Amino acid sequence: MGRAGRIAALCLASSVSLAHAEPHARYNLQQPVTGIAEQINDMHTLMLVICLFIFVGVFGVMFWAVFNHRKSKGAVAAHFHENTAVEIAWTIIPVLILLGMAWPATKTVIAMKDTSNPDITVKATGYQWKWGYDYLQGEGEGIRFLSALSTPREQIEGSAPKGDAYLLEVDHPLVVPVGKKIRMLLTANDVIHSWWVPAFGVKQDAIPGFIRDAWFRADKEGVYRGNCAELCGRDHGFMPIVVQVLSAEKYAAWVAEQKAKAAATVSAAPPAEADSAPPAAPDKG
Amino acid sequence: MAAVTPDQLHGHHAPGGVMRWLTTTNHKDIGTMYMIFSFIMFLSGGVLALTIRAELFKPGLQVVQPEFFNQLTTMHGLIMVFGAIMPAFVGFANWMIPLMIGASDMAFARMNNWSFWLLPPAAILLIGSFFAPGGATAAGWTLYAPLSVQMGMGMDMAIFAIHIMGVSSIMGAINIVVTVLNMRAPGMTMMKMPLFCWTWLITAYLLIAVMPVLAGAVTMILADRHFGTSFFNAAGGGDPVMYQHIFWFFGHPEVYIMILPAFGIVSQIIPTFSRKPLFGYASMVYATASIAILSFAVWAHHMFATGMPAAGQLFFMYATMLIAVPTGVKVFNWVATMWRGSLSFEPPMLWATGFIFVFTMGGFTGLICAIAPIDIQVQDTYYVVAHFHYVLVAGSLFALFAGAYYWLPKWTGHMPSEFLGKLHFWCSIVFFNITFFPMHFLGLAGMPRRIPDYALQFADFNAIASVGAFGFGLSQLIFIVVVVKCIRGGERAAARSWESAEGLEWTVPSPAPYHTFEEAPVVR
Repeated sequence: MGRAGRIAALCLASSVSLAHAEPHARYNLQQPVTGIAEQINDMHTLMLVICLFIFVGVFGVMFWAVFNHRKSKGAVAAHFHENTAVEIAWTIIPVLILLGMAWPATKTVIAMKDTSNPDITVKATGYQWKWGYDYLQGEGEGIRFLSALSTPREQIEGSAPKGDAYLLEVDHPLVVPVGKKIRMLLTANDVIHSWWVPAFGVKQDAIPGFIRDAWFRADKEGVYRGNCAELCGRDHGFMPIVVQVLSAEKYAAWVAEQKAKAAATVSAAPPAEADSAPPAAPDKG
Repeated sequence: MAAVTPDQLHGHHAPGGVMRWLTTTNHKDIGTMYMIFSFIMFLSGGVLALTIRAELFKPGLQVVQPEFFNQLTTMHGLIMVFGAIMPAFVGFANWMIPLMIGASDMAFARMNNWSFWLLPPAAILLIGSFFAPGGATAAGWTLYAPLSVQMGMGMDMAIFAIHIMGVSSIMGAINIVVTVLNMRAPGMTMMKMPLFCWTWLITAYLLIAVMPVLAGAVTMILADRHFGTSFFNAAGGGDPVMYQHIFWFFGHPEVYIMILPAFGIVSQIIPTFSRKPLFGYASMVYATASIAILSFAVWAHHMFATGMPAAGQLFFMYATMLIAVPTGVKVFNWVATMWRGSLSFEPPMLWATGFIFVFTMGGFTGLICAIAPIDIQVQDTYYVVAHFHYVLVAGSLFALFAGAYYWLPKWTGHMPSEFLGKLHFWCSIVFFNITFFPMHFLGLAGMPRRIPDYALQFADFNAIASVGAFGFGLSQLIFIVVVVKCIRGGERAAARSWESAEGLEWTVPSPAPYHTFEEAPVVR
């Protein structure tokens, strides 16, 4: 157990230090690209450090006793079995530590819930087993498409080599501009799904018949990947979320391109949507 | 089960054949049957777990298809919770509570028989559902609506099995409450009762309070599935999230149902092998009661991602964090009991010390999960899988093994093999950590739970976890050898099988005679 303790301590330490060393997180939360995700990361690091101190304190005492207060070393048992002062201390001190933990957490909870004044509002709908996105408000309003896994079946079954973004790639990623507050409205068509992008610190269940919301403001351009995080049936593991964060100009160009495409297919729904998306006017262009 | 139990216990005591086991009202017979039943369920659930780990050994689909994978994770959870851990603790209660409080048997002996014999049919229904059209339920052990409404008839079999097991648990719990409150030996006041009896008394109240809630939840699913109701269907005016509230109102106290008796067992063992009285007996009792009461006010911390208002998230976050206080008190008390003791590490003490160490790591991750914003990141990931296996395997299961090694001399009359017991412990704790420690990393880095295939960056830790899981699974076979050897022979156990073991159970001979305390002993 001494060895297990050392491994645990090492792992805790390395999870703090290696956080930013690799493109893929290995030991820690993914590299944050929103203020909220940053706060969550910091809070997690703080918690780990506090837990590490308590761990060392409690198990330092326990393993001291394990190694030194042994019958085989001639230890004779003392007979104390209570100590009011000590017992009150180890009730009160943890309460104070908890208060210290609760304070930053409370601020973050309140910030996470503030979905007011978004620049762009997108509705995400969970289907078994893909996501549908509707741009409801802001630049790009009226764009809508489905987003499904694009990893070929052969890679999953092992008859083709697996690509870099194996199981984390989709045909049409969600596209948003950098630095803008994006409000996500979440719902589902069949069972509960959950829309999760770790780098944004957003995870919100998509509940059929109800609409919930969440928000993020991505600070950095790039492609961010996540998964459905609520068991939703057979292909739960195969409905990833990919968000492409673009500069304002590139985003405007993307919007124009989508509008042109939609105009070209004025009366017919785009092929990707043909079977399962709910009917709505596609011709905003 | 009937075909199995008498064979395995052949030569235990008074003969009688199958009818003896079917009709017995003896608490020791019933306790034995509970434990054999739960061990069989433990091995069954373990086979499912190993199939899961085999599939997850490397990326891609190799062993099972996604739908069957979901059946495996679901049934692994249901079998382990309702078939293995809970009945095992009831078995300990049956065997030990009358011996510890100086009662001749459980209060309702015939009902006791009925509580046990409900379990095998429930287990057959549950495991048999794999062979139903469409297979077993694949909705996760939490059976969230509306997914559970989509399932085939395996779901109905699971619902019926849960009903039966719930009835069994409630009857067992009533029996324990009545026995503890009414049948204590003269002079044994409540505050002189062994802590195992205290934790079980409180657990029994939890069971009586929440098993009907679970029965209600699954019955509503049954009605939604077949009788046209819309409890959890928004289109009919229901709410899918309502299911989660009801389920977790059961589910969180259920967590403590599975850990409080473990605390009790450990609190018996640590003082014995520290040769020193338990530190802070009264505070242990109060801490247990506080945990039980708080457990009714924290259920929605399982639901932070459903989108509660900020006030709801904050309330459940604070209440959850508060549970760390009484749990901490317990750990501090155990460590203080060991401090300046005269320690020796026979197998029961090894398991109990291992329990404190590894369970506390699960406690730390529990505290981290309690922080709502962090939970948003780790909810439904392997981090949570790691967390609850640290408290349920390294917590409940390790305590069960500790208790089994501690009381095997009383049950069989022979000392368990010290070498095999230590081997079992060291293999278990090493492989346990190899299996579950990497899962923390997987969850933090973003691997969701309940998926049959995963992105490539998760490959190495999954491979490590799978290797560990097979090691852990095989290590458990050592326990079968220990028990069989112990039943067949070995060093004779004295009435007080462990030096400085305290309590009425050590005043009767080993093995405990078929009938004990026909005349109540007087305490002090």
